Amino acid sequence: MNESLLRELVPAVIGVLVRRGADFAAAEDAVQDALVEAVRVWPGDPPRDPRGWLITVAWRKFLDAARADASRRHREVRVETEPVPGPGKAVDDTLRLYFLCAHPSLTPASAVALTLRAVGGLTTRQIAQAYLVPEATMAQRISRAKRTVSDVRFDRPGDVATVLRVLYLVFNEGYSGDIDLAAEAIRLTRRLAAATRHEEVAGLLALMLLHHARRPARTGPDGRLVPLAEQDRGLWDTRLIAEGVDVLQAALARDRLGEFQAQAAIAALHADARTVEETDWVQIVEWYDELVRLTGNPVARLNRAVAVGEADGPRAGLAALAELDPSLPRHTAAAAYLRERDGDPVNAARLYAEAARSAPNLSERDHLTRQAARLNARLRG
Amino acid sequence: MAKYLLLKHYRGAPASVNDVPMDQWEPEEISAHMQYMRDFAARLESTGEFVDSQALSPEGSFVRYDGEGRPPVTDGPFAETKDLIAGWMVIDVETYERALELAGELSAAPGAGGKPIHEWLELRPFYGQPTVVE
Repeated sequence: MNESLLRELVPAVIGVLVRRGADFAAAEDAVQDALVEAVRVWPGDPPRDPRGWLITVAWRKFLDAARADASRRHREVRVETEPVPGPGKAVDDTLRLYFLCAHPSLTPASAVALTLRAVGGLTTRQIAQAYLVPEATMAQRISRAKRTVSDVRFDRPGDVATVLRVLYLVFNEGYSGDIDLAAEAIRLTRRLAAATRHEEVAGLLALMLLHHARRPARTGPDGRLVPLAEQDRGLWDTRLIAEGVDVLQAALARDRLGEFQAQAAIAALHADARTVEETDWVQIVEWYDELVRLTGNPVARLNRAVAVGEADGPRAGLAALAELDPSLPRHTAAAAYLRERDGDPVNAARLYAEAARSAPNLSERDHLTRQAARLNARLRG
Repeated sequence: MAKYLLLKHYRGAPASVNDVPMDQWEPEEISAHMQYMRDFAARLESTGEFVDSQALSPEGSFVRYDGEGRPPVTDGPFAETKDLIAGWMVIDVETYERALELAGELSAAPGAGGKPIHEWLELRPFYGQPTVVE
């Protein structure tokens, strides 16, 4: 029984059922039922055509459920005749499913949960574990999401940007429990990239690959955060970096820049430096300028200020920072970093301690407290 | 078995014996403290007494209903004098004595100078379920 093969097939099979007229919620239920049967039957009697088998069984499950539903409500079964199976347009079906699960009528958390289940083929239990909520809670979130999109009809193409936002959210959750959400996001983005020639899909895939490549270096043996400048670059995954750069270059060559391509370009420049001193900060600032132009995002402006501090010196960085809203997340941490670079350990230590108090997670709080402690220890001499 | 909550306070508890803010410790003292906390939780998991552990951000406010059609009223961020929870650990143990013993161990986590913090932890029993046999 190959679980990853099964999971690869899920979205295509749901897609076929939807194309044959099943509504999405019923199709999803039927495919989950078919998976349960596959787990039971396949080990003793493996099918020659797993995809065909799943489509046949899921369609039967759907018809059974529809008939039971119809007789319960004393009304006609809408779907009576089984359509000719024919060769499925697997790519279109999969794409349609991505759009459906990231539909703008869903909240981000619902879209993420639905995508992981219907496109990713994860079980509700696995998704619940990954997001550290009870299984019953996740089950409710998913069934509400299914109800929300059950009446959506695809008379016009979906918006790729909404799909990319969902995949980006999944990737950024990292991993907890037994599911590696970053790896899962990469798998789903890869498949999306294979199904559509969209520059930003490629941009997001490149961004994920380039960040994922650094993961082995990002935490120390005791679980503590290691900032980019201090990472052991020998631990970076050169194969993933090479792939990310290839994907990015092919996307940039099409000359339709977007925010994910710009972010990936910045990640690629970091990946390209064998030592932190070799980093091409001037180019990185230029890419941040593009990113700010494309998005106007205040977080991009903040990161740009730090990059300016590296390219043109800490004073220039502090000047860029002074133009931004001090209540921005990580503003104080950036100020602390630039103050230290500017030879002002007293204020840097104070700002690091202040930044620690407003850190968004324990890893960052720990890291910022350590920075303050390091400077205070040095000041005590 | 009975469940207990071990509450850790940012503010509101009596001052610790070894009361030095963490950003004034030596960096290796921070590492030693973190290691002690990880080991403590791992040991409780291995004895089957660990239930949950969470940490809270110091940012927060009080909120209350303010009548039909009105947005909720908020109060805060908290004044320095108010009680402020930093986090908790939930344990499931045989006896109250065992809960006391574990709270004592957690309070002995090393701080500045590598010496125990002697931090005051609040120990609160959960209400249990009514028993079947009355």
